[in-house]
Amino acid sequence: MSTEKEQLYAVSIYTENNIGLLNRISAIFQRRHINIESLNTSPSEIEGVSKFTIVVNMNEVNIKKIIGQIEKQVEVIKAYYHSLDDIIYQISGLFKIKSELLFEERQIQNIIKESNARIVTVNKEFFVLEKSGKKEEIVTLYNKLSVFGIMQYTRSGLIAITKEEMKISELLETYSN
Amino acid sequence: METQTITNTETAKKVTERISGSEAIVRCLIAEDVKIIYGYPGGAIMPVYDELYKYQDKIHHVLTRHEQGATHAAQGFARISGQVGVAIATSGPGATNLITGIADAQIDSTPMVCITGQVPSHLLGSDAFQETDIVGISTPVTKWNCQVTKAADIPAALAKAFYIAKSGRPGPVLVDITKDAQFEEFDFVYEKCEKVRSYLPIPKTVAGSLEAAAKIINEAKKPFIIWGQGVVLSEAEQELIAVVEKAGIPAAWTILGASAIATSHPLNVGMLGMHGNYAPNKLTNECDVLIAIGMRFDDRVTGDLNKYAKQAKVIHFEIDPAEVDKNVKTDVAVLGDAKDTLAKLLPLLNANSHIDWHQQFKDLYKIEYNKVIKNDIYPTKEGLTMGEVIHQINVESKGEAAIVTDVGQHQMIACRYADFNKTKSNITSGGLGTMGFGLPAAIGAKMAAPEREVVSISGDGGYQMTIQELGTIFQQKAAVKIVVLNNEFLGMVRQWQQLFFDRRYASTEMTNPNFVAIAEGYYIKAKKVTKRSELADAVKEMMESKEAYFLEVCVEKEGNVFPMVPSGASVSDIRLE
Ligand SMILES: Cc1ncc(C[n+]2csc(CCOP(=O)(O)OP(=O)(O)O)c2C)c(N)n1
Repeated sequence: MSTEKEQLYAVSIYTENNIGLLNRISAIFQRRHINIESLNTSPSEIEGVSKFTIVVNMNEVNIKKIIGQIEKQVEVIKAYYHSLDDIIYQISGLFKIKSELLFEERQIQNIIKESNARIVTVNKEFFVLEKSGKKEEIVTLYNKLSVFGIMQYTRSGLIAITKEEMKISELLETYSN
Repeated sequence: METQTITNTETAKKVTERISGSEAIVRCLIAEDVKIIYGYPGGAIMPVYDELYKYQDKIHHVLTRHEQGATHAAQGFARISGQVGVAIATSGPGATNLITGIADAQIDSTPMVCITGQVPSHLLGSDAFQETDIVGISTPVTKWNCQVTKAADIPAALAKAFYIAKSGRPGPVLVDITKDAQFEEFDFVYEKCEKVRSYLPIPKTVAGSLEAAAKIINEAKKPFIIWGQGVVLSEAEQELIAVVEKAGIPAAWTILGASAIATSHPLNVGMLGMHGNYAPNKLTNECDVLIAIGMRFDDRVTGDLNKYAKQAKVIHFEIDPAEVDKNVKTDVAVLGDAKDTLAKLLPLLNANSHIDWHQQFKDLYKIEYNKVIKNDIYPTKEGLTMGEVIHQINVESKGEAAIVTDVGQHQMIACRYADFNKTKSNITSGGLGTMGFGLPAAIGAKMAAPEREVVSISGDGGYQMTIQELGTIFQQKAAVKIVVLNNEFLGMVRQWQQLFFDRRYASTEMTNPNFVAIAEGYYIKAKKVTKRSELADAVKEMMESKEAYFLEVCVEKEGNVFPMVPSGASVSDIRLE
């Protein structure tokens, strides 16, 4: 094992849209005892091509090896890793809170305003807040709201766009040569 | 040109036919030129067996006595022929019994296609009778796998399976086919798969890497080649020999690389690794340039990575980019197929001889010979050694036989002492070390190369893991020669207990049955040797037999395999005793 420092990396994986790939990819992390911090899968800009975004805490030597193992999978087109500084990313958090707090605690309204959170829905019992941004922003909001009591809280996986160009379409053309 | 036009028009007016999914499976196999398959029937695969009955003249199905035997036989078939081995099984227990062989094929890069039946698709996920998630179970040990639930998807899935299994770095694939898909009728057309969009079987050689490698090799004072199975898989034996000879580089092999260069070649300096030869292990930490070709720096080869070839520049010829820098950091990685890259390397190399350097190998060999080899193959003390049995087989086979081994002491001894004059002659379970591999693998090897002498060498332990395949040998009239080196112990484990656990022989002693009677029970000619004076004649009789023959040799109970790099130690700490 390398002694190099660990940091958060976002792994972007472009794949064929096939059943079972999630299993293959997660197994690569599992075998090496690497905890997946967050995972998102969605269609990509290219038709028929899916994109996984996986966040892991690792050192660079080992993430490179992981990328090699991922790319080795037959239906993986290309895998990249980035430090969080090299990508533009968003995480979304949802908060379910008792409606009475919205009217009785003035401070809550200020917190919502200051944090640029959005009210998704309000009914008699509860309201739902949505906040997108960096993880820290969502955690900060969580900390502020938890003082008053949160009924439910959930955070999405990280989704990312790279600053650098990713030439997947061109890559696909070279594959088909 | 004219012939090409003809084929083109022929493919253009491809005829479709309405057939069942199960018939399609058999027709796909025929289209892939598969002539022999190994398997075991059961409910979920019965429609396929029914078709196999119909197509008996085209495909020979071998009924093994256990599905594990089917995979190992398919592996033996693949390893000696270079073609894809095929195994089939029913759902549930049939499918799970394939797993050991699949895992073995995965780590040893053996091309294999496994077809399993599955419960009807409407029952999937319901814990139906004999349903297991074989796709989930086999995912970590296959190069690729998939489940087919519609007949129309069968041809494309199987075409892809064969292509993936044999291209690039080969490996096992599994296609699981539901029973309803086997019954369903559809319009059959088969097209071979020649590419998969996301899959690049052979990576491009990085520009300049060959030149960089050649420069380092040309400047080297003590270059050392270590080659692995990649050379055999890409059939780069001649290219490797040309490089070795032109640049005068001593070359050693991993267990799966054995036989790519003949044992007698003067620059072949022996086996690497835990029970490899003294010189190549020691001198790994002396060379100035280490050239690894088609090998993956397995820990059984490297020992302690922190003390492995630290002084050397490392050049790695490799088809699988994920292997580069995985265990050993390289200075130059030459990606690509070894046959191609070695051919391109050759003209860039200066002719050289490195006589002094080569002498160092010879000197260390002399030490190993006097301390170990002499006593192993020409013993004077009482008790037969495994080494002298292998030596006797060499005498009778003249190095022409394919040697199939099981796992344990006898495997190490066989690989150390067997003479190999021909490539693809060493069939053994390397990466997984699967006991029970040997006997069924020998069946596959013999059926793929009936013209060759195939000698299976097992220990008394591993032999009993798949002993039931004697039935397959008998039924198929497969003329394999079966040698069991009986030390009444799980020898290799006992050796470790002796060396590292204070001789506490916990559950390694074996009370064995009458092996000769068992072989004879399967109508196989059999003999048992207990004395040195009987050995030569018995081996001769076995090798001259036209049919299968079983030979049990009772060897010394507590013989050890040396040299040895204790696990976790450095290769330079290799022990001679
Ligand atoms: C399936 C399996 N189980 C256990 C082992 C561990 N193991 C490695 S060598 C060995 C002993 C083999 O004994 P035997 O077959 O008698 O051969 P010998 O070493 O005596 O030549 C064992 C148990 C293994 N490699 N494979």
